[in-house]
Amino acid sequence: MIRFDNVTKIYPRAAGASALRNVSFRIAKGEFVFLIGPSGAGKSTILKLLYLDERPTSGEVRVSGYSSLETSQREVAKLRRRLGIVFQDFQLLEDRTAEANVAFALQVIGTPAAAIPGKVARALTQVGLASKATALPRELSGGEQQRVAFARALVNDPFVLIADEPTGNLDERATRGIFQLLREINASGTAVVMATHDLELVRSTDYRCIELNHGDVVFDSVEAPKLEVEAD
Amino acid sequence: MLPFRTALAAFRRAPLLSALSITTIAFSLFAFGLFGLVALNIRDALQHIEERVEIRAFVADGTTVEKLTVASEEIARFPEVSKVDVVTQAEALDRARKELGEFKDVFESEFLPASLDVHLKPGFRDPTTVSKVAERLRGYDFVDDVRFGEEWITQLYRLRNIAGVAGLTLGLAFACVAIIIIGATIRMAVLARAREIAIMRLVGATDGFIRLPFLIEGALKGLLGGGLALLMTYLAMRVLEQYLHFETAFFDRRVALLGVLFGALMGLMGSAVSVGRHLRRI
Repeated sequence: MIRFDNVTKIYPRAAGASALRNVSFRIAKGEFVFLIGPSGAGKSTILKLLYLDERPTSGEVRVSGYSSLETSQREVAKLRRRLGIVFQDFQLLEDRTAEANVAFALQVIGTPAAAIPGKVARALTQVGLASKATALPRELSGGEQQRVAFARALVNDPFVLIADEPTGNLDERATRGIFQLLREINASGTAVVMATHDLELVRSTDYRCIELNHGDVVFDSVEAPKLEVEAD
Repeated sequence: MLPFRTALAAFRRAPLLSALSITTIAFSLFAFGLFGLVALNIRDALQHIEERVEIRAFVADGTTVEKLTVASEEIARFPEVSKVDVVTQAEALDRARKELGEFKDVFESEFLPASLDVHLKPGFRDPTTVSKVAERLRGYDFVDDVRFGEEWITQLYRLRNIAGVAGLTLGLAFACVAIIIIGATIRMAVLARAREIAIMRLVGATDGFIRLPFLIEGALKGLLGGGLALLMTYLAMRVLEQYLHFETAFFDRRVALLGVLFGALMGLMGSAVSVGRHLRRI
């Protein structure tokens, strides 16, 4: 479903330093994968390559048939309709209610208006926020705002959910709630690729873990099932 | 329909920024409009003067009226000529008495020669064409002399050319300033919605879909700004007329409509450039 083949990424302004070096891995349908490593290790670069916000300097990324070598910008939009993307800072529209934020993801891809309310209600129920549909982001806690972001990511039934430090701004309780939600999403068949610094969270599960350091994959639990990672 | 609703919602969500954008566009187009009004009135004034360009062919004494009539009909068929007046000696005397009242007792009957007054069509009043027609008139055997105020026409055309070049240069400069200001204004609106654009991209909206509401918003702002600028230009003209007692011409409906549409086009172009740049950056 997702394939990285010898992917190297060098940002033009980074004076030749590689953000990723010859990285290869595969992620199967419905898999849950953690990306861990210190800041600047290349976790976010992998996620950006996944939703083709960046292209590899060399090598190839394939996501459900879309190749980084062949996919046009217009086709990237089509790919993203099948992905769910969540960030640490929620990326919500502050002047719109929770349901309007979720509906926005459907409106901009041309979903028929009649189908939107039902899909929005289902997504908000899935993340446990049905009762706060009309609340503005500022009226919600950090954990609730992140749930709205998850509802927006899930409303188009993605085959993979890409989460970049989704618990980075949350307290422990909210983090546990969000992680439980991620498990449920994964249990329903959606693959999850999550970048995180939270090693406690990683150790508490049996999910696959890919560790990066200075752009290299230094550990992949598929190859070494028992996770032995050091704190940052 | 959604792009229209989104564009209108942008006005509702940021009324102050929208009002600021429209006012900025209006003032930049108002400056352009005022300049246009000055240019229009200078052009009208020069055109009015230009209409007085005529060639007077003085006729030898003793030329028969029949001969003059035949010649005037022939001259009237020249492609450059709009009208030929046959002025007899008596008519020439009458005219001189009217035009130069203080000398009215000096003129005696048959003191002034008869003439053919040749009027030229618009577009044929430049010094070269006037000289060419005058030369042809000199070819008639009954013509004693041909006068057309060569120096005056040359000066008039020099003035017209200077006004034309200055008008075009200043007009382009004003248009450039208007485009830059409108572009900057729309850029502010684009930056104010940077997060919305980023989210649209993330959830799979095409660039065309993202761009369209901004283009509509820009065109609407330009249209409203253009309308406001037209109103301000009209009021400025009325104030000038009232307090400075000027008789001024205003844009006709077609030009006024074109001005407002120009505003819409500026808004559209400003938006296209600003959104395009923003989409390339993110």
